[in-house]
Amino acid sequence: MKKINEILDRYHSDRTRLMDILWDVQHQWGYIPDKVLPAMADKLGTTEQDIRETYSFYHFFLGKPAAKHHIYLSDTVIAKMHGYQAVFDALEKETGCVFGAHEEVGPFCLETTSCIGLSDQEPAMLIGKEVFTRLTPEKIARIIHRLKNGETPAEIVNPNGLATDTLAYVHTMVESGIRSKGPLFFQGKTDFKSLLNRVICSPPDVVTKTVSESGLRGRGGAGFSTGLKWRLCSDNEEKTRFVICNADEGEPGTFKDRVLLMESPQEVIFGMITAGYAIGAQEGIIYLRSEYFYLKNYLEKQLAEFRAEGLLGKAIGGKPEFNFEIRIQMGAGAYICGDETALIESLEGNRGTPRVKPPYPVNMGYLGKPTSANNVETFVAVTHIIDKGASWFKAMGTAESAGTRLLSISGDCDAPGIYEIEWGITLNEVLKKAGAKDAWAVQVSGPSGECVSVEKDGDRKIALEDLSCNGSFMIFNRSRDLLGIVRQFTQFFVNESCGICVPCRSGNVDLFKKINRVIDGKACQKDLDEVVVWGKLVRKTSRCGLGGTSPKPILTTLENFPQLYQEKLVKQEGPLLPSFDLKESRRGYLEAISTLSDRSTS
Amino acid sequence: MIQITIDGKNINARKGDNLVDVALANGVYIPTLCYMKGEPCLGTCRVCSVKVGGTVAAACTVPVSHGMEVVVNEPEITDMRKALVESLFAEGNHNCPSCEKSGRCDLQAVGYEVEMMVSRFEYRFTPRVRDYGSEKILLERDRCIFCQRCVEFVRDEETGKKIFSISRRGANSRIEINEELANKMTEEQVARAVDLCPVGTIVEKKIGFNDPIGKRKFDIKSIRDRALEGAMK
Repeated sequence: MKKINEILDRYHSDRTRLMDILWDVQHQWGYIPDKVLPAMADKLGTTEQDIRETYSFYHFFLGKPAAKHHIYLSDTVIAKMHGYQAVFDALEKETGCVFGAHEEVGPFCLETTSCIGLSDQEPAMLIGKEVFTRLTPEKIARIIHRLKNGETPAEIVNPNGLATDTLAYVHTMVESGIRSKGPLFFQGKTDFKSLLNRVICSPPDVVTKTVSESGLRGRGGAGFSTGLKWRLCSDNEEKTRFVICNADEGEPGTFKDRVLLMESPQEVIFGMITAGYAIGAQEGIIYLRSEYFYLKNYLEKQLAEFRAEGLLGKAIGGKPEFNFEIRIQMGAGAYICGDETALIESLEGNRGTPRVKPPYPVNMGYLGKPTSANNVETFVAVTHIIDKGASWFKAMGTAESAGTRLLSISGDCDAPGIYEIEWGITLNEVLKKAGAKDAWAVQVSGPSGECVSVEKDGDRKIALEDLSCNGSFMIFNRSRDLLGIVRQFTQFFVNESCGICVPCRSGNVDLFKKINRVIDGKACQKDLDEVVVWGKLVRKTSRCGLGGTSPKPILTTLENFPQLYQEKLVKQEGPLLPSFDLKESRRGYLEAISTLSDRSTS
Repeated sequence: MIQITIDGKNINARKGDNLVDVALANGVYIPTLCYMKGEPCLGTCRVCSVKVGGTVAAACTVPVSHGMEVVVNEPEITDMRKALVESLFAEGNHNCPSCEKSGRCDLQAVGYEVEMMVSRFEYRFTPRVRDYGSEKILLERDRCIFCQRCVEFVRDEETGKKIFSISRRGANSRIEINEELANKMTEEQVARAVDLCPVGTIVEKKIGFNDPIGKRKFDIKSIRDRALEGAMK
């Protein structure tokens, strides 16, 4: 029990650091053993159940003894377009395990997981902190063979033993995949010291004003004005304030934040420092999704360099009142933590359930203090706005959407990867850039966005005022089974619903059943009419953006590709719905009757 | 004082007061399952959904502000509230006739209020395990609607620790009970926990059906009348 006490001491037995404590426990024992819970509960001043309440919420925390190698295969629709099934079969064959079966603790355990931010390099899988991309059955055979021979995943991905805090190490696993850059992102070295001087020469409210004047709107998807968010945050009497970098990039199909963290981490950090100065925060936190564990040491090193250069820590830039530190907080596998209030709950060591609003985080966020949570890309944009000015930024893009943005493009195109585009570019232009031929449908903004028809919507503009995009851009050609994709997206939302509110927890299950009914050829027009009404119910009455968008895969394909659904419908004959299975419904009754008659005869 | 309208009627209210309370005080009943006056808003059941300025919002999460236009009784939003109640009936296993809480159950009473006849959603009959472990409380998970009142409002008196908690997530979430702390609960505390559970999940052992039909809480007075009466006091 010495170990658990060491872990708890590391975090001063602070209940709000439960996520860190749980990770350390899992790294120590391979899972979260029951035997450590009493000591944890005691020192944290809580109960064992309360600790379970938190860890059972997260996909990557394991409550039972775990295999030596827990393999998570990413099961995105994009992976399924690139040989996923063969890789899935190869994994089962080579390891002798079955996906999802956890009965025995052996050397291997197989599980699928949602998008891990590698849609340009699928199929991909995680083993511990390491990631393996562009998988094939042959590659799987080699990897499993080497693991069986006692090599570690780290030794396999990093044969030259590169230090884990270097970009070279990250590059041994993951390609950047930058296809087009400029004028904003990935422009080379920035002189952060002179940039810092520029920031601290102005009063904080002037920095905020510059960001407001640039027209920058948050890049997480909601598109709220960044400058306004900062101003609301600083308009508080409470002087303890926080800056959060939302690096919980979980939307299927998006990977731009991963690339920014790889290639422009210092621009991200500098954006946070600028925010810290502008709103008067003392602490910044990068909430990094655990799928990006391989970036943690690398990011820590960037922070250390900033500290060494006096850009982080006490009296930054010689200003005695400007103290700002940044730490990294790992998530543990929960899409909902991309919601800023769910993320804050998670940061406080709780389940990632979105909070009731109001109060908003700008007034009462992390630890009840004013908090500004911004997306990774937003912070990079801030750094460049400081560098080149608000009017330079505002001159790009459209009236409502200033500047440029990054698109993570994947699916049926010649060149999947990261593209910097100026807002206002049309859908067709993006498709041309990416070399998409015969594109049929595009899932813009991931499952939570819109599935549009290229034929109908090709001339629409990518901009908040028309076709908004959070960075995920998945292309499907005519050979793709769009209804199958819709089913998978709906399943994703069923899996990822936090469950705190009724419409999202229950309604998504109903919608999932409906789409299956359509695919199985057992739906009639009434089913589709209900889908529309039920979808609206879930969208309107849910507590947060997850339920607010989860019916969109069904609703937007129903609107843009109605013939797909119509082709599958059957006619209702008589009073019973075609989906009603009379025999199945009477099964229990028939069984009871037959049991009773057996008894009476024997 | 500020002014708002509810279904077109002008109403004076105090800024920041809860919309459910303001509506009730003015004779407009909005059904609730998770909200309890005087306790922090949970916002889990969404059964109090209304339109505020044209947008659907759970009334319990809304502090009133000047000029707010609220719509409570209009076919679309009324049907949404009804659908949410029906959704709960399909999701759990709610066998009213055999339930100890029948006639005293908020969900059942609200079901009558929204004029629900049968759920429009497919009944799932999900197996849900009961928990008999604690000495005084039977945890009947079939009926749980995850309102989380027990999780938030029931605490160990000595330490302030949670007695009820949640495990897992999404449709697999379930309520857990801390036996050790539950066994320490006083009679009054158990009674309160039973009372604040809006369904029959928290049942006091050895009590069960303690009121005959006809004399049960909602036999005597409907949930609407009780709520309105409480607000007028």
